[in-house]
Amino acid sequence: MLEIRDLHVSVEGRAILNGLDLSVGLGEIHAVMGPNGSGKSTLSYILSGREGYAVDRGEALYDGRDLLALEPEERAAAGVFLAFQYPVEIPGVGTMTFLRTALNALRRGRGEDELDAMQFLRVVREKARALGIGEDMLKRALNVGFSGGEKKRNEMLQLALLEPRLAILDETDSGLDIDALKVVAEGVNALRSPDRAMLIITHYQRLLDHIVPDRVHVLAKGRILRSGGSELARELEARGYTDILSEAA
Amino acid sequence: MSRVAAETVEQVRSLGDRYKYGFVTDIESEQAPKGLNEDIVRFISAIKEEPEWLLAWRLEAFRHWQTMTEPDWAKLGIPMIDYQDAYYYSAPKQKEGPKSLDEVDPELLATYDKLGIPLREQEMLAGVAVDAVFDSVSVATTFKAKLEEHGVIFCPISEAVQKYPELVRKYLGTVVPYTDNFFATLNSAVFTDGSFVFVPKGVRCPMELSTYFRINAANTGQFERTLIVAEDSSYVSYLEGCTAPMRDEHQLHAAVVELVALDDAEIKYSTVQNWYPGDENGIGGIFNFVTKRGACIGARSKISWTQVETGSAITWKYPSCMLHGADSVGEFYSIAITNNYQQADTGTKMVHMGPRSRSRVISKGISAGRASNAYRGLVKMLPGAASARNYTQCDSLLIGSHCGAHTFPYIESQNRSARVEHEATTSKIDEDQLFYCRQRCIDEEEAVALIVNGFCREVLQQLPMEFAVEAQKLVGISLEGSVG
Repeated sequence: MLEIRDLHVSVEGRAILNGLDLSVGLGEIHAVMGPNGSGKSTLSYILSGREGYAVDRGEALYDGRDLLALEPEERAAAGVFLAFQYPVEIPGVGTMTFLRTALNALRRGRGEDELDAMQFLRVVREKARALGIGEDMLKRALNVGFSGGEKKRNEMLQLALLEPRLAILDETDSGLDIDALKVVAEGVNALRSPDRAMLIITHYQRLLDHIVPDRVHVLAKGRILRSGGSELARELEARGYTDILSEAA
Repeated sequence: MSRVAAETVEQVRSLGDRYKYGFVTDIESEQAPKGLNEDIVRFISAIKEEPEWLLAWRLEAFRHWQTMTEPDWAKLGIPMIDYQDAYYYSAPKQKEGPKSLDEVDPELLATYDKLGIPLREQEMLAGVAVDAVFDSVSVATTFKAKLEEHGVIFCPISEAVQKYPELVRKYLGTVVPYTDNFFATLNSAVFTDGSFVFVPKGVRCPMELSTYFRINAANTGQFERTLIVAEDSSYVSYLEGCTAPMRDEHQLHAAVVELVALDDAEIKYSTVQNWYPGDENGIGGIFNFVTKRGACIGARSKISWTQVETGSAITWKYPSCMLHGADSVGEFYSIAITNNYQQADTGTKMVHMGPRSRSRVISKGISAGRASNAYRGLVKMLPGAASARNYTQCDSLLIGSHCGAHTFPYIESQNRSARVEHEATTSKIDEDQLFYCRQRCIDEEEAVALIVNGFCREVLQQLPMEFAVEAQKLVGISLEGSVG
């Protein structure tokens, strides 16, 4: 469903991705691992449509469509979801209000009826409970004063609520203690489905102890240097990135 | 310019088409001759069959006005106003004053329907009484009978002059004297209508009161005067709304509002101001020069102003509280949104005289396009204001890079035990926030409305519930035009 071919991306004239190829099929979970500065976040931003990234060459096809030509909200409507590494705070906007606005915007985008307040409440309560999120968190302003764990759990709640076809998790494990990590992993595993693909971007292997990926890719120097099965993640954990980087040099 | 800013500018550009209240009602009206002189003042007074004392008061005001000049201290560029090139009285032609809503011209009822203010009582928001002012006169007041049962008087001020002259005479001009300032003095000379509210001792007004002002006729100034008196231990909540047709020429709106709160009384006054703001090039729009002031005369009395200012080409307005009473409380909650070439210089004055009087000011200014938005606030602690307190918080939000926000706090303290706090912030809508929303399928227009509503929340929460939802929508529309 996602075909990235020879993708070159630069930021303010500085090349970040240099010919990246990646193919993800529906129902699969792929992990992209790499050292700091390898272009991991750029990959998540270019796929979700953030401004400031120039595509110099290559393409990304999503269900055969030119993904890079779509506006961010069009991509979201088409089922692309990004769980942010640093979820933003929006003061004064209740989390519940935000979730409802987003879900109804998405439903409109898909040509479905909007949910009324009662219907929405029922859905969000059920999903929140599954992730151990209390009512009080939903009443607070979006991400304002949330702990790192709460912010990540809120991203997982949105993932569960918006039911994307392609979920990209950008360093969702960073800053989480082991309990929060388990909650996130359970959330992801529960959403594993033949109708959904996931791209898990991470620096460390520890999340992959709980979510077993179908494929693991090593991203460094703006390209995929190696791909393999889930055993590749453990190999990286044991030996670090140095070997692969020197192989490529 | 980043893409966001470019798009914002684009949205702003298309806003001119989106003022959905810009239509003109085709109705025959009666007008005074153009221009302003003593004869016009006498004409207005005569047509309203006013008592001698009121005419004398108007004439004194008019003579005083002729010695005055327009204030020029605000951060506003005000074009020359030719006071002789306007009509000072315009009223829809009716045989007699309507006795009931059945007699109101159907064209007028239709106009208010179109504005979303149905005047037929069975269709109205339950619990809201409305006085509808069309150009210079009040055309309808709803729920009068029900209010009378509680002893609450709610009627056009011209009617109050006839029916309750002693009450009007006792309080008119006591809070805003006719010598007060250029525009208030002009208003005193030529005010045409407005609302009068009297809540007797111990009565909690059973419903929200609301006045809806509509300017329709061309070249006509609107000079309404509102007077609200709350006797001991009474409570009233009042809301005014306003719109005007889209016209290329500017129109003058110079209102005066006076509030009087006696011992333990509370007045809550809310405004949703949506006068025509002019087009995207700054052509046309209302000049909104308004004097609003409340006197907390009694001990433990409270006056609370809430305003949502989205319209007008120029807004010059400082709803104030004179805190005479011991332990009296003044509040000012404001949202001022300016877009395109709109200018606003608005804020409040909190004058503390009574011991332990308290005031709280929360101002949210939002600027987009090429607009300028200034907060100007005075906090004055007079010698009697022992242990008085003020807290002021002033937040500005900028959208795009051609607008401006300014804060002018004036603090004067003559009592060492008084405490004054002022906090101010300025921020821009953050690209990260916008992208986060868009990634969640919320398009840029809706995202801006969401973020701005969040920014204004503290103030929106102060509005009566019936109007909070409307105001929230208006905030979005003023910046985006996604509706209409």
